[in-house]
Amino acid sequence: MPQRNDASLTTPQDAYESVRLANLHPASWRNPKPAGRYQLVIIGAGPAGLVAAETAAALGADVALIERHLIGGTCLNTGCVPSKSIIRTSRLYAEMADAKHYGAQIPDGIRVDFAAAMERVRRIRTRLSGNESIRRLAAAGVDVFFGHARFVDANTLMVDTEKLSFKTALIATGARPHIPSIPGLKEAGFLTNEKVFDLTELPRRLLVIGGGPIGCELAQAFCRLGAQTTIVQDKPFFLPMEERDAAQILSDAFARDGIEVRLNTKALGVRVDAGQKLVDLISDDYRNTIAVDAILTGVGRAPNVEGLNLEAAGVDYEVGNGIRVDDFLRTSNPHVYAAGDVCLEHQYGHTAAVSARIVVRNALFRGRERWSALTIPWCTFTDPEIAHVGLYVREANRQGIPVKTFTIPMHEIDRAVADSEDTGFVKIHVEEGTDRILGATIVARHAGDMINEITFAMVAGIGLRKLARVMHAYDTQAEAIQKAAAACSSMQSKLRTKRQLNLKEMK
Amino acid sequence: MTQIALLEDEALLEQLQRAAFGYFLQTVSPLNGLVADNSRANAPVSIAVVGFALSAYTVAVERGWMQRADAVRRSLAALRFFRAADQSGSPTATGFKGFYYHFLDIQTGVRVWQSELSMVDTSLLIAGALTASRYFTADTRDENELRELVEFLYRRIDWCWAQDDADTIRQGWKPECGFLHYGWEGYSEAILLYALALASPTHPIARNSYKAWTSTYQWENLYGYDYLYAGPLFTHQFSHAWIDFRGIRDRFMREKRADYFENSRRAVYIQREYAMRNPHEFDGYDENGWGLTACDGPSDEMPDVSNESRRLFGYAARGVPYGPDDGTLSAPCVVASVPFAPELVLPAMRNLIARYPEMFSEGRFASGFNPTLADANGRAWVSAGHYGLDQGMVIMMIENHRSQLIWRLMRDCPYIRDGLHAAGFRGGWIQQSASDGAR
Repeated sequence: MPQRNDASLTTPQDAYESVRLANLHPASWRNPKPAGRYQLVIIGAGPAGLVAAETAAALGADVALIERHLIGGTCLNTGCVPSKSIIRTSRLYAEMADAKHYGAQIPDGIRVDFAAAMERVRRIRTRLSGNESIRRLAAAGVDVFFGHARFVDANTLMVDTEKLSFKTALIATGARPHIPSIPGLKEAGFLTNEKVFDLTELPRRLLVIGGGPIGCELAQAFCRLGAQTTIVQDKPFFLPMEERDAAQILSDAFARDGIEVRLNTKALGVRVDAGQKLVDLISDDYRNTIAVDAILTGVGRAPNVEGLNLEAAGVDYEVGNGIRVDDFLRTSNPHVYAAGDVCLEHQYGHTAAVSARIVVRNALFRGRERWSALTIPWCTFTDPEIAHVGLYVREANRQGIPVKTFTIPMHEIDRAVADSEDTGFVKIHVEEGTDRILGATIVARHAGDMINEITFAMVAGIGLRKLARVMHAYDTQAEAIQKAAAACSSMQSKLRTKRQLNLKEMK
Repeated sequence: MTQIALLEDEALLEQLQRAAFGYFLQTVSPLNGLVADNSRANAPVSIAVVGFALSAYTVAVERGWMQRADAVRRSLAALRFFRAADQSGSPTATGFKGFYYHFLDIQTGVRVWQSELSMVDTSLLIAGALTASRYFTADTRDENELRELVEFLYRRIDWCWAQDDADTIRQGWKPECGFLHYGWEGYSEAILLYALALASPTHPIARNSYKAWTSTYQWENLYGYDYLYAGPLFTHQFSHAWIDFRGIRDRFMREKRADYFENSRRAVYIQREYAMRNPHEFDGYDENGWGLTACDGPSDEMPDVSNESRRLFGYAARGVPYGPDDGTLSAPCVVASVPFAPELVLPAMRNLIARYPEMFSEGRFASGFNPTLADANGRAWVSAGHYGLDQGMVIMMIENHRSQLIWRLMRDCPYIRDGLHAAGFRGGWIQQSASDGAR
């Protein structure tokens, strides 16, 4: 039970951790002697920085990569990779507990081995760290520097005491959890995604503050691992970006799992009494206090812009909103670009990577690739998953685009029924009267995988009717996409026939 | 029960309607004309139910179930109460800014349950009042007073305040914490609210607020039907209890070449399609067993048990196709769909009466029943007593199906007409009214 200040948690120093550190920041590492003038200097070795470094180096550029902590950044170390790992274990426990639903016996004496689950997290993280190891970077010809980077002027920066000159720089410092200013929270101690994967004991009672993607994913995972979990969200729905039905389905799923859901609720203050954290909550006019053993928070993400001395380089930024870039991802300094969470609204590993590729092409090869031209999918990895690409209906309405949505509930899909995974839907939005796909939302057990087909169609300019002619293997859950396409095709055929009949009648 | 089953459709509807009206006679407070939310002991007043009562009296007079003078007396009692009620907005008042708290004490008329000042429920109350004022048009002292009171109550409502500088109308307010944020998005029963708010001669909302609300609509193709999506069936019914949407269209419906009446018809078909698919494999769901809406249902007895599988939602807005769905159906919402799709409603209604007589008492339907939670004798779980909203909808929608009485009255109501016009509705009787006005 973490009675201590949670911020003091450290990663267990086991064999996995030794290998991970050896891969991502070996103690014996000595920074290279800086080259004369780098074609590209990258600050931050997360998904954006790594992709930029490897891409630019592969194309023959002189590249320096600076990291203050661990290569791999949030995604590998404290984000996507560990969270998916723990989500998988929690799903397994949920399925065991729900075995009767699948015509199976509930195994006798299910006992959650939280330490083993977390050890698996560390093992997987370590294994994947090999793909991003410093050895690979060095072998690719990238000069890797560990230390604190700060600009000196428009074309120079320091890594601790070493000076690096650059033709072009890329700021890819990422973001960190934004901690809400709740009186007493800091003193009581709290977890964020940066610390939660260091736990080795399951908190008996967990409060999650914030109903964004990370909060929702971890609340469900910890609940399924046996923590008595409460989630507090200050808005009427979870995942405020997503459409109402998706958020509603998620709320229902949480309730089924046994999560105490508190929407429209704020945490007013935290205090510690007899080793437990007492959190005062308010929902409209209803106040109450709950006692928990751990608090997990992180309401949004704060871009890492501090300490870089951006003013010296003439790079405009705002503390809350990050570095200001144009559509080509160039900052106010034409020699400095930014990519990933430090400048983007869409803060995902894949957007970071794609933005880095754009920067390499634009910065080193005089490309004119625009960020706004991209079609961006994303997914929240709850159960069911919630994935989206393109426009929401409300956005299309605001832009004056008439929208029609083809909806297929997952209970219409044989495979989803056979798998007892028939909660959710596929909604594909098209411009009314055409089959041009504007966007889609999928709520399904494997929505994250399914959304890619829609993204592909949108990027390739394939209309929804054409997807109806794409044979889908039976029995798969992706059949829902084909069914939506078939509904679109059938509807438009009917309209065409109706118009032809009307024309004949007029003649 | 056998007798009911033998009745012809028209006689059956009359019987259901009249039995439903009995609810308002049984639960009204003679002191102030207020009507209880439900028939259980110590139930508070629901202001929306008072709106249904005011409308139901006109039906009762027209059908000969009640003397006109009696109906006027009851209506006046309620309207006088609301005029005189404490509008200070204090925690123990009756209302604020012309709106009223959702639930009131039936004796004193003051707020109970720390309920919210409800914009949509106030609009249902005022719609009922306007119905009365369109029906009781005789030049008598009482009926003149009735109309003056309705005019006063309508004009007193500060709809503009309820916008709270936002694009759309807020749905609730409490003295303890200000405006509430329900996050209402998408189509709902709120057209009536917007029409009344747009037409106010004293405190109208901005015209673009209706556009802002309708910009959250979702036009979906589901189970082969194109329709404006909303899950629970009542959202496709409440505004229709007063407004005849046949042939009139706002900009959204013009683009979709449909109207809200046709949309509600499709919603009925979609409910049946969902029940036939019955994705959660509940008992009683089939082509004549449907009706997911806001209703009373069974609830979990141990809500605090961690990780307990929770599937029962108590009084909740159940909907299709995304739920929540715990196997609870509502017969009143089936009956209230009769103007839209009698070909589906009448067989479903007969089936429910025959199959679940336990949810049919005093000639009225219970709010909800759940055949999956049957007792040892195979009798479905049934919500105790009756709810005023259900009974009001049964009376009004059957009447609209039979004679269009309420629709006819409200087509002549200038506030409804002007409000719909301001919202962009054109065609049908609205166009006709405009032409008549021009002459």
